[in-house]
Amino acid sequence: MTVVKTEINRRSFLKVSAAGSAGIMIGFNWLASCTSPGETVSIPEEWFNINAFITIADNGEVTIMSPNPEIGQNVKTSMPLIVAEELDVDWNMVKVEQAGLDTENYRRQLAGGSQSIRQGWQSLRMAGAAARRLLMEAAAKKWQVSVSNLSTDKGQIINNETGDKIGYGEIAIEAVSIPVPEEIKLKDPKDFKLIGQGVKNVDAPKIVTGEPLFGLDYMEDGATIAMIEHPPAFGMKLKSLDAEEAKAMPGIKDVFTIDTTVGEPQWSDVNAFTELVVITGESTWQVMKAKKKLKIEWEQDTPAESSTDHAKKLVDAMSQKGEVAREDGNPAKASQSASKVVDRTFSAPFLAHNTLEPMNFFANVTAEKAILVGPIQTPEYLRKSVSSLLNMPEENISIDMTRMGGGFGRRLYGHFGVEAAAISKKIGGPVKLIYKREDDLTQGTYRPAYRVNYKAALDDNGKMVAFQAKGAGIPGSPLFQDRFPAGTVDNYKVENINIDTNISTGAWRAPRSNFVAGAEQAFLDEVAEAAGKDPIDFRLELFDRAINDPVGDRNDYDPERYAGVLKLVREKAGWDNKPAGVFRGVSAYFCHNSYVAQVVDVVKEGNDLKLQKVWCAVDCGIVVNKEGAINQIEGGIIDGIGHTMYSQVNFDKGAPVQNNFDQYRLIRHTEAPPEIEVFFVENGIDPTGLGEPSLPPIAAAVANAMYQATGKRWYHQPFMIAEQEELIEVG
Amino acid sequence: MAVFTIKVNGKQHQVDVDSDTPILWVLRDHLKLVGTKYGCGIAQCGACTIHLNGNSIRSCSLPISAVGEQEVTTIEGLSEDGDHPVQKAWIEHDVPQCGYCQAGQIMNAAAFLDKNPNPSSEEIATAMNGNICRCGTYTRINKAIQTAAKNA
Repeated sequence: MTVVKTEINRRSFLKVSAAGSAGIMIGFNWLASCTSPGETVSIPEEWFNINAFITIADNGEVTIMSPNPEIGQNVKTSMPLIVAEELDVDWNMVKVEQAGLDTENYRRQLAGGSQSIRQGWQSLRMAGAAARRLLMEAAAKKWQVSVSNLSTDKGQIINNETGDKIGYGEIAIEAVSIPVPEEIKLKDPKDFKLIGQGVKNVDAPKIVTGEPLFGLDYMEDGATIAMIEHPPAFGMKLKSLDAEEAKAMPGIKDVFTIDTTVGEPQWSDVNAFTELVVITGESTWQVMKAKKKLKIEWEQDTPAESSTDHAKKLVDAMSQKGEVAREDGNPAKASQSASKVVDRTFSAPFLAHNTLEPMNFFANVTAEKAILVGPIQTPEYLRKSVSSLLNMPEENISIDMTRMGGGFGRRLYGHFGVEAAAISKKIGGPVKLIYKREDDLTQGTYRPAYRVNYKAALDDNGKMVAFQAKGAGIPGSPLFQDRFPAGTVDNYKVENINIDTNISTGAWRAPRSNFVAGAEQAFLDEVAEAAGKDPIDFRLELFDRAINDPVGDRNDYDPERYAGVLKLVREKAGWDNKPAGVFRGVSAYFCHNSYVAQVVDVVKEGNDLKLQKVWCAVDCGIVVNKEGAINQIEGGIIDGIGHTMYSQVNFDKGAPVQNNFDQYRLIRHTEAPPEIEVFFVENGIDPTGLGEPSLPPIAAAVANAMYQATGKRWYHQPFMIAEQEELIEVG
Repeated sequence: MAVFTIKVNGKQHQVDVDSDTPILWVLRDHLKLVGTKYGCGIAQCGACTIHLNGNSIRSCSLPISAVGEQEVTTIEGLSEDGDHPVQKAWIEHDVPQCGYCQAGQIMNAAAFLDKNPNPSSEEIATAMNGNICRCGTYTRINKAIQTAAKNA
């Protein structure tokens, strides 16, 4: 039994109030503190960051508010599921509703970093457990018995002695006057009924019937359609506008410019294009057509960058001294006396997020208030930015989050919401801002371009005695100095080089890891080969060192759990008994608090290679919703394969070359592995992230398998394009 | 602008729009049927897939002037109660992640199964290649279509 002690302070931990004539609404105020004495669970600092609302109707229906933005990571199902587990209700009696931005009652209403479940775990459980306790106390009072004589099951309280039962809905009104308990008992995980099982996506029935759910679907009567025209190239700005012809087109209301420069920018205010041309009209198609008739002159503001410039800067960086982020021992000296040195360079291009739902937002700004509705991963930051733009207090600005047609990090940067607010203010009415795909793909906030050089030195026994990494990125290095193989080798060094750019970049699913995992794990495959060792054995030897005699004390991974996923995937894939005609690669990575190991099976079909199967072992602690978890892992694998093999954004004098899906290649159905099998480590540890961790390692598992099939190593992404076009001598 | 009469999900509708307006925007802006999605506008992603006389087509690239008396079916009209075998299979396999592409995937799958009721996994993959799922639910889509074929 886990006991969590609550401390009631000035802003009470729990606020209980009657919601209408019947039922209780329990609002959690996460500003309150919570301690964990003695044997009780230790509560992470992040505990304050999450929240929940429970409404119980008199008929026993339970509405659970989902506080965090839903971008396809399925938190709208899994977060309420955690509440329902501790509340001990029948999942069929639960309705889930998306909460709007509400910083009074909720914390960390943000979709990013695979943190929603990890940071919400204790507090969501407590939300359910506290409500259950109040209901039980109300029943105890009614029956004049002790709470210890009561139990619950599927939304009913049971008197263990008499067998009497009462539904949550029947007793809810009595629970309103019960004081908040000082201690809350959480379930023993072995008693979980819902967690660990699979429940279906709560929005699936609406998704498969086409009900309005997404930002682009949200519209209000009388709202004007707006589109923007941003400069065609990074480094350019508006010079002059001739809107005469566009304005004369049918259905067009106006053409004007806006400046969306935010006075007090947040970290999320990433946007190269703040001065925009706006065209408004009555219908989407009319605005799209008239937009083509805009005559706009742009002028150079900052130097234009092309992909050839980027490639040269990245190559040059590899021969420069970087900023040393970590150095253990003396890798240069150790390499001089080594019997073998493996020296390889890897690279990857800029990537666009390409959420299938393009950027859009609804705004209605009046003198007194602003109402915004749309797809946003960071509603709290958007409100701050809109407040700064409009010079309006935050309390006068409301933001509702729609379901999002993908996030991948793109909707962390809410300039489109700011733009909608600016347009609404200008026209003095409600507006629906819609980006065309081309506007979306060429706007930026790209995954940075990267290049990394690795050097590993081996002694006569094939033991790695030195490991050096030098990473460069436009704009930032992708390396994490305290991740594996840090701690496994006496002589170790990481250097970083940052290259400035005027192209806007940002977080893209599993930032930095999305490239560096694949590079590192493909490199280690080559090092293992040079050492004459099996790639899994080679890694396990390194983990043994980190377990028994780690180098340094800043290594930010658990080597036993890391080795655990490798051992699991080896066993499940039958690594030691590979079927004939199958070529295999392995890769493992730790990020977002979760461990993933993958084996890819490749077969030859004539001259082609086919990805036949991916085996994936995952240690994310307790799996909250198994079906959804497997779906996330499969999606991360396919997303990772796609971008590794096919995708890139190139620049010609600052202009993105790819502006729609005829040029930007996204993975398609026939290119996805037909089978992905997922295995979880069962260890009862509190759950960690799943939205991102399966993506980063897959690039190397694919590269290593393709090497086995072809004898060719793959260093430059996207493999299916860059390898042919790479003008630079491969390391 | 011109007045067009079109038949959508079994009902006649009159709309007054430019004759080159893609049926996608007629559905979304004028008929408030927003289940059909905008993804690329150039018939590359399949998010806007609808049926025209039972054949799957890209509604972003079909002007209303070309529709005539042909029957348009959208995701909202695929079944009465969301109980088309493909829709049921989508829920059984818990296919959607973000869900944005899924209406187009379902419409394409339904039209495909009408023509090929017992497809192989490879035939499904080829038939579905025009529909991008950015979240990468392809393996689930493939299995769901196999289930739908069995249950049809």
